[in-house]
Amino acid sequence: MDSSKIISELGFLKPRKSADSALAFDCPPEHLVKAAKTLRDSHDCRSLQDIAAIDMGPDSSPRFGAVYHFYSHSKKKYVRLVCMCADSARPALPSLCGVFKGADWNEREAYDLMGITFEGHPSLRRIMMWESYPWHPLRKDFPLSGRDAPLPDTFADNENATKVVPAPEEGGPFHSPSTATIFASQREPRSADTAASAPENP
Amino acid sequence: MDKEFTYPEPANLGADRIGEKMVVNLGPNHPATHGVLRLKLELDGDLVTRCDPMVGYLHRGQEKLAENMTYNQFIPFTDRLDYLAPLCNNIAYCLCAEKLAGIDATPRCKALRVICCELSRIASHLIGIAAYGMDAGSWTVFMYCYTQREKLYTLFEQLTGARLTTSFARVGGMRRDIPEGWFGNVNAFCNQFLPALDEIDALITRNKIFMDRTVGIGVISPETAMQWGLTGANLRASGVSSDLRKDVPYLGYEDYDFDVAIGVHGDCYDRWLVRIEEMRQSVRIVRQAIEKMPDGPIDVGNPRIAPPEKTKVLKNMENLINNFILVTEGPDIPAGEAYFEAENPKGALGFFIISNGGGVPYRVKIRAPSFVSLCAMQELIPGHHISDVPIILGSMDFVLGECDR
Repeated sequence: MDSSKIISELGFLKPRKSADSALAFDCPPEHLVKAAKTLRDSHDCRSLQDIAAIDMGPDSSPRFGAVYHFYSHSKKKYVRLVCMCADSARPALPSLCGVFKGADWNEREAYDLMGITFEGHPSLRRIMMWESYPWHPLRKDFPLSGRDAPLPDTFADNENATKVVPAPEEGGPFHSPSTATIFASQREPRSADTAASAPENP
Repeated sequence: MDKEFTYPEPANLGADRIGEKMVVNLGPNHPATHGVLRLKLELDGDLVTRCDPMVGYLHRGQEKLAENMTYNQFIPFTDRLDYLAPLCNNIAYCLCAEKLAGIDATPRCKALRVICCELSRIASHLIGIAAYGMDAGSWTVFMYCYTQREKLYTLFEQLTGARLTTSFARVGGMRRDIPEGWFGNVNAFCNQFLPALDEIDALITRNKIFMDRTVGIGVISPETAMQWGLTGANLRASGVSSDLRKDVPYLGYEDYDFDVAIGVHGDCYDRWLVRIEEMRQSVRIVRQAIEKMPDGPIDVGNPRIAPPEKTKVLKNMENLINNFILVTEGPDIPAGEAYFEAENPKGALGFFIISNGGGVPYRVKIRAPSFVSLCAMQELIPGHHISDVPIILGSMDFVLGECDR
């Protein structure tokens, strides 16, 4: 497997500089699914190892993107595709769930923490944060100290459509009543400084 | 992935015989989930028809933290990824940063790292099989494994000063060289460990109850395993010969003589057998590493990456300045991007680092093998009985600290 052979088959890929031994390419988002399929079927890259969402900073364009790492177990080689989203306000990429099952949670994570939408994903939900969380914490304009967000009010399960009323002592003696608005800046005074200076939009 | 559940043959009695579905939450605080994992199971009687693992209860934003501190400051955080094998995580992160910087550790450092990685692998697999055995109802094996792990943790304490949160590796080297007589202690451990492992093996591997509960349960085909991106022992148990120590050698693993254990059926029993065998192979590697341990410095002699010796720092102004700059600003890593995967006990732990130059990475992505293993649960668990769920979870040997990051 070498990069000229892959490029001759997939003309839209452009070689990319890399510090490791992986074959690295830039890939336009509209051709991503085709590139992944070709890598899987003709180049024996049977496994999608990782999807890393990246944010190149609020001022750069294109701003958001994703880095895909494929691995060929037979050729013992990594292939890296870097796919930048055209629209920085509403970043979107095609989903690879139809090609690699392992893309499922990786894409959910990129959606949750970086706010990239994956078109065609069977159930694009948040995975690390709770469903009503308003921000995308891995973006570069999100402060390290966090930003105010209301806590999930109940642990109700959407599927059961039941509202779970917390027991009085739930959460221990330091648990604030669930009716109060609990914000990070009230709990942790140091976080107020940076949270105040951060821009309003997530 | 949401997809229609098809009943296995004996239960496929026609639509009118399908019972009322019930949703059961397993976890997040349940001993069989080995951490804060929550499984939303849809049951039809005893049969699981849908499984939706809920993770994120232990999310600490480690990637965000990594982007706001120097490379060496992040090493204590890597202890908290797979906290059953912290030394492996420390070393994997340093190896990725070193790859980015284009530097190679010294031969002595590499050999010491191999010993650290393999001892950690034994410790992690011991917990893996201990908890797995206990899920199958064997309390004795649990105690036997913990006895051995305790001895390993004593070795780690002698080496690093900490039992669990070792933080021992540094970019370009290790925290310090070995204490006097440590290799002798490691050899003594290895000598008594192999008979103890045989005893553990004899206690449970051919046990009728254990085999009844694990053989043919949770079968993953090689194709499915690769599709989901499984790595490490879970992938090898499915019959795929893939070990990064052999295939993409790092730390000089190509110089060691060891075998890769591979399963045949890809069921829970094979995953057990692979882990048992991997521990024996790890002992082999440790013994070889001690035997041909090279002399020489432990840190690379690069003043932009590794600090000077402590004795020089205390006596020499220039070395003091060098040390001060390295501690405050971090090692000078050139701009670029690198991805590195290490063969960790739980699977391939990957780091993808983008650097804009300087001592703080611009973006760090952690590829957690446990995250991938748990993702595959949504296909693996449906079709099994609820009593098989703890067995399958135990056989996959995941850690939530790594999964949630």
